[in-house]
Amino acid sequence: MQWETVIGLEIHAQLATRSKIFSGASTAFGADPNTQACGVDLGLPGVLPVLNREAVRMAVRFGVAIDATLGRRSIFARKNYFYPDLPKGYQISQYELPIVGMGQVEIVLENGDTKIVGVTRAHLEEDAGKSLHEDFHGLTGIDLNRAGTPLLEIVSEPDMRSAKEAVAYARKIHQVVRYLGICDGNMQEGSFRADANVSVRPPGSELGTRAELKNLNSFRFLERAINFEVERQIDLLESGGQVVQETRLYDADKDETRSMRSKEEANDYRYFPDPDLLPVELDDAFIAEAVEGMPELPDAKRQRFSSEYGLPAPDAQMLTGSQALADFFEAVAGEAGDSRLAANWVMGGLSAALNKEAMDISESPVTAKMLGGMLRRISDGTISGKIAKQVFEAMWSGEGDADSIIEARGLKQITDSGAIEKIVGDVIAANPGQVENYRAAEGAKQQKMLGFFVGQVMKASRGKANPQQVNELLKQKLMN
Amino acid sequence: MHEKSIAQLSAGLKAGEFSSTELVGHYLGRIESTDESLNSFVTVSRDLALQQAEAADRRIRKGNAGPLTGIPVAHKDIFCTDGVKTSCGSRMLDNFIAPYDATLVSRLGDAGAVMLGKTNMDEFAMGSSNETSYYGPVRNPWDADLVPGGSSGGSAAAVSARLCAGATGTDTGGSIRQPAALCGITGLKPTYGRVSRYGMIAFASSLDQGGTLTRSAEDAALLLQAMAGFDPRDSTSAEEPVPDYAATLEADISGLRIGLPKEYFGEGLDPGVGDAVLAAVDEYRGMGAGVVEISLPNTRLAVPTYYVVAPAECSSNLSRFDGVRFGHRCEAPKNLEDMYMRSRGEGFGAEVKRRILIGTYALSAGYYDAYYLKAQQIRQLISDDFRQAFAKVDVIMGPTSPTTAFAIGERTDDPVTMYLSDIYTIAVNLAGLPGISVPTALVGGKPAGLQIIGNYFQEAKLLNVAHRLQQATDWHLAVPEGM
Repeated sequence: MQWETVIGLEIHAQLATRSKIFSGASTAFGADPNTQACGVDLGLPGVLPVLNREAVRMAVRFGVAIDATLGRRSIFARKNYFYPDLPKGYQISQYELPIVGMGQVEIVLENGDTKIVGVTRAHLEEDAGKSLHEDFHGLTGIDLNRAGTPLLEIVSEPDMRSAKEAVAYARKIHQVVRYLGICDGNMQEGSFRADANVSVRPPGSELGTRAELKNLNSFRFLERAINFEVERQIDLLESGGQVVQETRLYDADKDETRSMRSKEEANDYRYFPDPDLLPVELDDAFIAEAVEGMPELPDAKRQRFSSEYGLPAPDAQMLTGSQALADFFEAVAGEAGDSRLAANWVMGGLSAALNKEAMDISESPVTAKMLGGMLRRISDGTISGKIAKQVFEAMWSGEGDADSIIEARGLKQITDSGAIEKIVGDVIAANPGQVENYRAAEGAKQQKMLGFFVGQVMKASRGKANPQQVNELLKQKLMN
Repeated sequence: MHEKSIAQLSAGLKAGEFSSTELVGHYLGRIESTDESLNSFVTVSRDLALQQAEAADRRIRKGNAGPLTGIPVAHKDIFCTDGVKTSCGSRMLDNFIAPYDATLVSRLGDAGAVMLGKTNMDEFAMGSSNETSYYGPVRNPWDADLVPGGSSGGSAAAVSARLCAGATGTDTGGSIRQPAALCGITGLKPTYGRVSRYGMIAFASSLDQGGTLTRSAEDAALLLQAMAGFDPRDSTSAEEPVPDYAATLEADISGLRIGLPKEYFGEGLDPGVGDAVLAAVDEYRGMGAGVVEISLPNTRLAVPTYYVVAPAECSSNLSRFDGVRFGHRCEAPKNLEDMYMRSRGEGFGAEVKRRILIGTYALSAGYYDAYYLKAQQIRQLISDDFRQAFAKVDVIMGPTSPTTAFAIGERTDDPVTMYLSDIYTIAVNLAGLPGISVPTALVGGKPAGLQIIGNYFQEAKLLNVAHRLQQATDWHLAVPEGM
């Protein structure tokens, strides 16, 4: 039987504000437990929340970036449930009137096609604390440092039809929030978390019963969890069973999902407007201020890279993956004066070196200026592409910029035809048998044998001879 | 010294007739000798009070004292006080010492007022008789068999018995005005948002408002002056300028338009209380005010509306008392659920539980629209009633409470009758308006209150109108026997 997969994602992006959404406590990650929780975060009797305007600005930026209808009047609501790391017994969230309404993003599929995915809404809310079950001898430790951290919950339409599409969408949202500078996107630390609602159905029929998958803290796990779940649901249905609406936890070690709680066990959250907070009214002036200085967004940048730098679509897509990478490329291209060469090196040699060291572009020991400077030396013929690899390695290990390395190591290409002629003459003299064979050969075979002489000349020049000149001179001399 | 008003005490302190230390010592002595029978204080912060008094004396000597410097006041035990127990009248918080001062407390402290202690109250401010307190009922200084009203019953009794010069309270449905009426003192509930709620333990956040319990409107003006104003820590506090309340106390009120809502003089009103209220209105006629009958047609809906909105908010506000971080935790919990159930079961009293249950029900899936949403719609209608009335009149007058103080134990088994004690005060909270209760003539030897309701942020007008009555009559000067 044919089955169609239907996926919607709920993404929680932790907003990169300095202080919490309703208190002045710091949001920095990794402090000692409960050292970044003030009275408001602890839910002490009598304390009151005060909305962090920066969080509102960030939400507005996101709304504008995904072309959404902004909620000109949004309301904070209380979501009531008991849990030890939820200090007030309710989470302040938004329910009926979110700050960001319907919007959309474009994703690029593997075959290069694009698809529009609807974003139902995005709303502001506070994060809970953490329950620590280890090291407390059967008791639970509570760390409230994270309590009150601002989150933007981004809810998609059920528009995705495969795990790959879901990942492309999640990556797109990730890219947008990082471009906007409103979220650091760190999935390990939980700053960017995705939950997936997954169901299957015979193509074209009504939506099937869905399961909500949690604990997907990397794009890889997101893909694997969805694939596992789709298979599980299909197997269940094909063997005559039924999918139960429930929340399932993904176990990365076992690569499976398992039931966490069923719909019957779900809380009645008793949402109601939070009387401690006023409605958030967005006027034109606030919106204008919020979007002021908003960066060029990924889609626009990708199109510009194609047209301005003449890059093929996949290259433009890759180089605009993050703001930092795109900025790096543009700086290299500007310095080098050859954007194709710059693209090749950024995506090639530099990326490989970064991957090998598991480094982020921001940590690269070879700066854009250094790389661009080296590429300029390729363009102007000072070094060959082959020598450039040596120069790059030297720059990577901290020996300075390209010019000083070329100078210090004497890597400058030999273009003096007299000097090259001498080496060519020496090589010919030293290999009489090869010369004879060459002269006897024809066509492709002769061409192949030329390679031997080129190799010998390059070796003798320690790679510095201009390969083009070597070629021409050899052909001349070998014919005589 | 305890017969003097705040203004008189302030003058005496500045003139060096007595020191704040002497004054505070005198009041502490009165509390010690009298309060055992009244039970109006939960905590007497003797050492802190004497320290504050010494600081006040230094300030007075330096010549930079304000009108409240050195004046002994008491705070309702709902206001958080740094280092002094804040119980909210509940076993749940019997062990709770707040690490910070409520804004209202710090503002009065900055003005130099001395805190004598924390006053008894209905548990979490839920009650109209002060009988729901974990610390036992407060007795009415006029008759020890009677309730003082609630929930600010401790503050009202303490002011009435002259155990402090003035006190703070909170009013969610009448909790300042009703006990003020039942104890024969002046109780001011300001406009919602006039006084910061920061540090005031929440009962029903959209209704709660801090205010004053004093012997006169003049004293109320002095306290409110220090308390009122925007607080960046309370998003619902108003960014509205604070006028000089004392400056307009004596303003002429001839031509004042008084509205008497016919709904406030109907069935259920004790005729004696009605007559006392009308006698007070006659005083205003004598001062040149005009009196017209008005209608607040949705009055009958106020109590049922309130008993959806307030419990709904309280059910959520009281969720933080879970035994995890502060307050009561049961002995040897077996697991998390057991800890929640027993900590809350043991920590909360019956009335609090009743309201949490009502509120949880009203917010539940499937009932929200029928109860909470409907109540909010009616709340709007009630506000509209007042808006239309204030197009025609300057102030609205009527009884504060339908009866004088009732006997302790009389209504504890009948919550609906108890809830109806607040029938004239609740609508004012639902609309967010300011209201003041001032003593009328005694009714059968017991105090009764005239309630004056003003338009938004018209506290100065209310204090002016109340003060003029207190200049013309001596009703507010009546003191319980032996006090």
